Amino acid sequence: MSQSKPLTLHVPEPTGRPGCQTDFSYLRLAAAGSARKPPVDVAAADTFDLASTLIRVLDDAGHAVGPWAPDLDSELLRFGLRSMMKTRTFDARMVIAQRQKKMSFYMSSLGEEAIGTAHALALQDGDMNFPTYRQQSLLMAKNFSLVEMICQLLSNERDPLKGRQLPVMYSVREAGFFTISGNLATQFVQAVGWAMASAIKGDTKIASGWIGDGATAESDFNTALTFAHVYRAPVILNVVNNQWAISTFQALAGGESVTFAARGVGSGIASLRVDGNDFLAVYAASRWAAERARANLGPTLIEWVTYRAGPHSTSDDPSKYRPADDWSHFPLGDPVERLRQHLTGLGLWSDEQHAATQQELEAEIVAAQKQAEQFGTLAHGRAPGAASMFEDVYKDMPEHLRRQRQQSGV
Amino acid sequence: MTMIQALRSAMDVMLERDPDVVIYGQDVGYFGGVFRCTDGLQAKYGKSRVFDAPISEGGIVGTAVGMAAYGLRPVVEIQFADYFYPASDQIVSEAARLRYRSAGQFTAAMTIRMPCGGGIYGGQTHSQSPEAMFTHVCGLRTVMPSNPYDAKGLLIACIENDDPVIFLEPKRLYNGPFDGHHDMPVVPWSKHPLGEVPEGYYTVPLDSAKVVREGAALTVIAYGTMVYVAEAAARETGIDAEIIDLRSIWPLDLNTIVNSVKKTGRCVVVHEATRTSGFGAELCALVQEHCFYQLEAPIERVTGWDTPYPHAQEWAYFPGPERVGAAFKRAMGGA
Repeated sequence: MSQSKPLTLHVPEPTGRPGCQTDFSYLRLAAAGSARKPPVDVAAADTFDLASTLIRVLDDAGHAVGPWAPDLDSELLRFGLRSMMKTRTFDARMVIAQRQKKMSFYMSSLGEEAIGTAHALALQDGDMNFPTYRQQSLLMAKNFSLVEMICQLLSNERDPLKGRQLPVMYSVREAGFFTISGNLATQFVQAVGWAMASAIKGDTKIASGWIGDGATAESDFNTALTFAHVYRAPVILNVVNNQWAISTFQALAGGESVTFAARGVGSGIASLRVDGNDFLAVYAASRWAAERARANLGPTLIEWVTYRAGPHSTSDDPSKYRPADDWSHFPLGDPVERLRQHLTGLGLWSDEQHAATQQELEAEIVAAQKQAEQFGTLAHGRAPGAASMFEDVYKDMPEHLRRQRQQSGV
Repeated sequence: MTMIQALRSAMDVMLERDPDVVIYGQDVGYFGGVFRCTDGLQAKYGKSRVFDAPISEGGIVGTAVGMAAYGLRPVVEIQFADYFYPASDQIVSEAARLRYRSAGQFTAAMTIRMPCGGGIYGGQTHSQSPEAMFTHVCGLRTVMPSNPYDAKGLLIACIENDDPVIFLEPKRLYNGPFDGHHDMPVVPWSKHPLGEVPEGYYTVPLDSAKVVREGAALTVIAYGTMVYVAEAAARETGIDAEIIDLRSIWPLDLNTIVNSVKKTGRCVVVHEATRTSGFGAELCALVQEHCFYQLEAPIERVTGWDTPYPHAQEWAYFPGPERVGAAFKRAMGGA
């Protein structure tokens, strides 16, 4: 080719912008039950097909089909559904509380409830999650105290983090929930280090790292994959592909014509691409990866395909960059409704039970909120004392901080 | 011992004493480090305690944060301080703030060793002194030894400390003291009293400076290689300088500084790092704040110039005894 035409810069765009409809054909879907389930000692290179397809258990009629259908007892299934509903109800309540100026900020996880909920059930006590700010469902599945969570959101005098952190940046060591950082992707490589530590000490605990589609573009994503592969760390590397990083479509993070799961295979890590709105598939894949890690067979990367149904945060208005009715067109639907349909089909759940559970959860969350608000809110004061601002910077307070505390007059 | 041997001995002692200590970094394992600081440690303690790492500073520090959160006590190496920048996010946003943001649920008891400083024809990326990048970060400790005895005692203290520590090692001092007279043969540590290093466990306390030369005329605040340059300048000018080796750069030993300046009434701050917003600015501000009524002359700063570290112009850049001596004279009221 001798002819040189002017070069052009390619800038990926989503098909759907406000006022038009998204073409979801880019999603590389597959029928429920169609993906094979390899043994846990599968070689990373032999997972390329699983990193390119979509592992799904629940079909459109709500039946569990194929080799990944897990053997979950009915109690656990109902608990899973309840935890998802609890996450969603909690989110909705907290968004209202933010609008009422009781808290400064909130981030909901609408549409992504299955991922953390089912994943948490596949882990064991003592394992450590390194979550982002959108894995509150991990705490819900651990039955963690709603009052403590709301106190953190309110930055009140009972806030376990003493008012130092933005709302949602929880830290719950006892529930295997690592301290959330505002800096994206940093925890992904820390999860690998934690897993390496467990291996160094000959422990049996595993780590689970979390990252969104957008943050995979951060260097720590690549770093985590390299270290996990090099040291065969007992870690699950979760990429939650909800299609959006604030206003930025996943193609701009590098998702055009390629899956995020494929990055894992390229790094020598066994990788799966899973329907993130399919509670059963999430549980089964998480269980598989956890087994692999615990058997010292190395890391697993899982891309969870889902959709960020809500605004990025309470500071965001998605109608400015994507269609308002986008979620209703997302082919993988709503994780709560899909599990509900499945359980109803099995005779394990009914509309009455659903309505009753919903009511129960509303009451539980309202009560927790009331209790938490007794310890103060952003609007009505009773924040942690200013003197505590100087604590925990170092283990022991150095001279200069003691002087500054004195100067501050608190 | 040389400083290299002293540092290796510190790590040896701590690997032996504490099963939670692990050491890793680029070329740190089998090969024993490009400066030999970890020579023989992998053979002695095994690959799960001392191991090689990929070339990824962010990965090295990031995994160390995770290990520390688990409960280990990682001692990681960045091959040159000039290459810490890719790990900035993990150092500043994570290691330094883990304890604070989790209200003590998670901590980062870790030590990051970095060979630093110039005077070795290292050019732009093998000579930097980035201590001010760390002293500005709340939650970090920044430490720099100037001799083998302190190097071992301080490193052990840092490894045992529950805060994240940046441990800067002036590579110019690895094999012997250096006073800036590059045209003279270097005396090895074996001929220096501070090359006498105990084999076993001992510590040099953090937040504690050392007066390396008592004097009445003026106070010099220095650390690392500049301690020896200041000593040479005192010798050559005949000015009775009191020289303080900070050792712990931040948090620092304010009392020793203040007591000295109150006594002498004059102060010269010396560092290799570039001047503007360098750590010397903080030292000047502290002295001004705490010793204003005792000061008899403006505080002098002798530092690297505000340029990247050059190669051919090494000795015009490096603040040698002549430049330091000139500042002594200015502080004393001379021209």
